[in-house]
Amino acid sequence: MPEATIEFSKELTDFIQEWKDKPGNLIMLLHRIQGEFGYIPRAAAEKLSRLVGLPLAKIYGVITFYHYFKTTKPGKHRIAICLGTACYLKGAQSLIEEAESILGVKGEEVTDDGLFSIDPVRCIGCCGLAPVLMIGNDVYGKLTKEQMPDIIAKYRNA
Amino acid sequence: MAYKNYILVCGGTGCESAKADEIYKNLLHEAEAQGVKGDVQVVKTGCFGFCEKGPIVKVLPSESFYVEVKPEDAKEIIAEQVVKGREVKRLLYKKDQKTADTVKVEDIEFYQKQFRIVLRNCGVINPESIDEYVARDGYAALEKVLFEMKPEDVIAELKTAGLRGRGGAGFPTWRKWEFSRTPVADQKYVVCNADEGDPGAYMDRSTIEGDPHSVIEAMTICGKTIGATKGYVYIRAEYPLAIDRLKIALQQARDYGLLGKNILGSGFDFDLEIRLGAGAFVCGEETALLQSVEGKRGMPVPRPPFPAVKGLWGKPTVINNVETWANIPVIINKGGAWFAKIGTETSKGTKVFALTGKINNSGLVEVPMGTTLREIIFDIGGGIKGGKKFKGAQTGGPSGGIITSDFLDTPIDYESLTSLGSMMGSGGLIVMDEDDCVVNISKFYMEFCVDESCGKCSPCRVGTNQMHAILEKITDGKGTREDLAKLHKIGAAMKKAALCGLGQTAPNPTLSTIKYFEKEYLEHIDERKCVAGKCKKLVVFEVIPEKCIGCGLCARRCPVNCIAGEKKQPHVIDKMKCIKCGECYNACKFGAIVKK
Repeated sequence: MPEATIEFSKELTDFIQEWKDKPGNLIMLLHRIQGEFGYIPRAAAEKLSRLVGLPLAKIYGVITFYHYFKTTKPGKHRIAICLGTACYLKGAQSLIEEAESILGVKGEEVTDDGLFSIDPVRCIGCCGLAPVLMIGNDVYGKLTKEQMPDIIAKYRNA
Repeated sequence: MAYKNYILVCGGTGCESAKADEIYKNLLHEAEAQGVKGDVQVVKTGCFGFCEKGPIVKVLPSESFYVEVKPEDAKEIIAEQVVKGREVKRLLYKKDQKTADTVKVEDIEFYQKQFRIVLRNCGVINPESIDEYVARDGYAALEKVLFEMKPEDVIAELKTAGLRGRGGAGFPTWRKWEFSRTPVADQKYVVCNADEGDPGAYMDRSTIEGDPHSVIEAMTICGKTIGATKGYVYIRAEYPLAIDRLKIALQQARDYGLLGKNILGSGFDFDLEIRLGAGAFVCGEETALLQSVEGKRGMPVPRPPFPAVKGLWGKPTVINNVETWANIPVIINKGGAWFAKIGTETSKGTKVFALTGKINNSGLVEVPMGTTLREIIFDIGGGIKGGKKFKGAQTGGPSGGIITSDFLDTPIDYESLTSLGSMMGSGGLIVMDEDDCVVNISKFYMEFCVDESCGKCSPCRVGTNQMHAILEKITDGKGTREDLAKLHKIGAAMKKAALCGLGQTAPNPTLSTIKYFEKEYLEHIDERKCVAGKCKKLVVFEVIPEKCIGCGLCARRCPVNCIAGEKKQPHVIDKMKCIKCGECYNACKFGAIVKK
């Protein structure tokens, strides 16, 4: 296997050193890596495998089991649309369809300019505001699909 | 009181999303700018529960309850309330917008029937201050357990209380603890399940956000009781605010000598670590959760042996969910007998529900066990949105079932919900109205289970897929009566043969809706009709020629150009080309388009 070329920041390297010998550390390590890159690049998984001495297969077994971990790079602005039951009842599906039609993407695709991707997510726990979506740390609640173009426009030029 | 006024700003995720943080900062800024900084303390608390009306701001001592506050209202609140000592009438909660009669906090019907044990500190204290928790009897229970009680006494107290697990199945808490206490082991563990996966439920998140110390205190009590020195809080990574507040609370507890070595000089050591979940619903199942804490794929293992005997890394492990933990300090402080007076014969204490869906007052409610669904939905929840008709309420999320209007007066407890074909679950309570299609919702839940099935056992892996395929067939208008029988058969097999709770309960939403709404399933099958209009493939849009004035608005809105007609003449929809998006239906100002 060729040596993976990917740089880890000092903080990430320190974190890995700190957690290296703790039992049951793998998920915490993967969270930290995804925090740095926005997803888990294959090269990073390979590097982690060597640093902590775990087989790559085992690491991928865990990555692919959990929805939270991504193996492809998301758009700069990840539009997380809540598909919890309350949001679903109040029309979250139509928000997804609207966003897909505005951006011209389907499923996990990223827009050509790399700016946007759509991610239907599990309940984010603001059911009182249903239907809800999140972009970065901004939450938009009590939405109708008519508001979608304006919200997307805000980030397009940001 | 050291200050003239206290202003409490809700800092739960719901209100924070609606700019509560800006309100908080503006209030601080305005207090300074208007020269009353010394007269008022502004505190960011946990969730008030009344999420529908958020962001919420409460001012003490006048108990002024402000709803739907905006950041720019901060100036007026400070100027009127703190400087001049009078309420800002326009922001006060009103029962009816038209009459504009304001209502006192104690008279708000949303709070009247509630009884708060778990949420006792939410919306009252600053969750980032251990001193405020201590001021409300915090850590008094731990002190009692460390110095006055024997482990047997603690378990006896829990037994008297009759506390049962709030995560779903309702197993008696004292028995779990007793199972872990008895074996001799070099290491035992205490685990908190904060992997709230039920879509539409957020009790656990709000409890940790609003009162993190109650969980820490309870877990330490358990550690002392069973002889564990180490614990883990397994929490969803999707809850950043709760994680932050928990981290702060853990550090404060360590600084105060309430966690770590030699707690309060008692010679007892105990510490907690946070472990993040990663979005797997099955990890709410305790054996799967423990696998995940160990850093592995979260797949359940057969029980017995139960985690209480052989859990984390093969050691005795007590695992309870957030709401269960939050009850424990109160039981120790006030006594098991006090707790046992609340609730029904078999289910003691209270239950927190996340009331959402088509309801006027969505939010977090805590009621004594035995409260009826009618009281929760119509008295506390204020009834159905837009005056629509109540159709059913789903408890237990994707593992539960639907409760229809015939059973609104059933007192809620573990047994009564199970006998109705639903379950208590973690506390999601989702209200549906006449516009919701139960077949469509069953499909939604089954899709969730297909996605979340870990794939280890075939009854669940294959069963969820098969049931989903049949439901899809029915919502596409291709179902047969035989399909209903098949759903029953597969569902029954899964209930018997699946390895864990996820697979065993996955058929519930489907089976319970077939039981109570068979007519609706048959309409989908025999008449190819979805009365609620939610199953797109069964909906047909048509123009009523008599009502159409030929304005052409629908034709311009139609994304696939399937509407045609001369100007000022009735238009026609080409049903073959129609994608049933509903744009024309929404656009028509003359009610000339109907959905069939």
